Amino acid sequence: MKIDSIQNGIVLDHITAGKALQVYHDLELDKLDCSVAILQNVKSSKMGKKDILKIDKEYDVNLDVLGYIDPDITVSIIKDGQTVEKKKLALPKKLINVKKCKNPRCITSTEPGIVHIFKLADEKNRIYRCIYCEADK
Amino acid sequence: MKHVIDSTDLTVEEIDGILKLAQDIIDDKEAYSEACKGKKLATLFFEPSTRTRLSFESAMMELGGNVLGFSSADSSSATKGESVGDTTRVVSCYADIIAMRHPKEGAPMRASMVSGVPIINAGDGGHNHPTQTLTDLLTILREKGRLDNFTIGLCGDLKFGRTVHSLIKALSRYENIKFILIAPKELRVPEYIISEVLEAKNIPYEEVESMEEVMSELDVLYMTRVQKERFFNEADYVRLKDTYILDGKKLKNAKSDLAILHPLPRVNEISVEIDDDPRACYFRQVMNGKFVRMALMLTLLKANGAKLNLSADKLAKIPE
Repeated sequence: MKIDSIQNGIVLDHITAGKALQVYHDLELDKLDCSVAILQNVKSSKMGKKDILKIDKEYDVNLDVLGYIDPDITVSIIKDGQTVEKKKLALPKKLINVKKCKNPRCITSTEPGIVHIFKLADEKNRIYRCIYCEADK
Repeated sequence: MKHVIDSTDLTVEEIDGILKLAQDIIDDKEAYSEACKGKKLATLFFEPSTRTRLSFESAMMELGGNVLGFSSADSSSATKGESVGDTTRVVSCYADIIAMRHPKEGAPMRASMVSGVPIINAGDGGHNHPTQTLTDLLTILREKGRLDNFTIGLCGDLKFGRTVHSLIKALSRYENIKFILIAPKELRVPEYIISEVLEAKNIPYEEVESMEEVMSELDVLYMTRVQKERFFNEADYVRLKDTYILDGKKLKNAKSDLAILHPLPRVNEISVEIDDDPRACYFRQVMNGKFVRMALMLTLLKANGAKLNLSADKLAKIPE
């Protein structure tokens, strides 16, 4: 199967197979008015199989969201058909309005307009804690 | 703006400074009796509390200040649907410092984000209760003369007891403390306290189900209540309830200088026969709570630029 190269935009490569739709959803790519290609279960020598997203537009990608979903995703910025930059992801120290706390006793469950903030508590086990109630997710 | 939402918001040096100030207040109450003249404490208690609210109010009165506030959500604008953020913004126009208790975890943290005056968390659900922790630390310090090199047994409901979690976190920053966690398996301390606090810092700990087997080792015994509603079935509760009641018999092998603490209210987990034992510290602990809250309020008011009515030498005793 062949998908055309993009001229100006972003390629998200090495997404763990099956996670492309989550990335698409969490980055709110459905709100873009450009072509977005979702490739699933692409053969990969490194990963066996992987997902890829191609966004046919220059776009300020939220690296915190991506880093949270999967810090091993490769982000390539494409200009005039050439890769001009590869961004390295890391687990973000803080997540702001990326996820909501699921603890029903947390103030975030009732307070209007509150900013949902999680802090990285355990890098090895990828545990984030809500800064309000300290529940993990 | 400096607030106290969690006991770990304060560094060990800040805590030591507050405890030192509390001891100076105890030794020289008169010198501090007008320190907060013209200052107002707002006690925003969205859920009922007797001891903590009265302790805060009494503390501000002893500093010569005034108190305003409410003692349940029913008598606040929360019943009209006002947010914690808006209530805080409004009250911070009236008061110099706010003590907040709220059933939702993290409510004081939310308040601290919008408040123009210092916020003290006076208990948020089952989460944090930093002034209880300061009270516990001051009590241990006054009873034992130190905050390091001892073995503490924490007994009872270690799963839901917020005072226990805060105390473990606070004591984990001092040297050479061994924790003995005495609880039924249903009420063990949460795994994250073990992994992120005790094991992460290589702090020695032991988990046991009966206090008798470890009593002779303890320098401090921190009792909490085992509540019936925490058990999955009544049979387990009936089987275990007496195990966690401290009486004269269980104290038989205890050290002569053991310090017995309890955050109160006590129901039946400490037999009244113990009350007259000099090792029972829980009512002295209540008194310490008032003094440590006085010290904390002075510290926060000074840190936020309030003018305090104190002599220069007493002003210098308030930690920066």
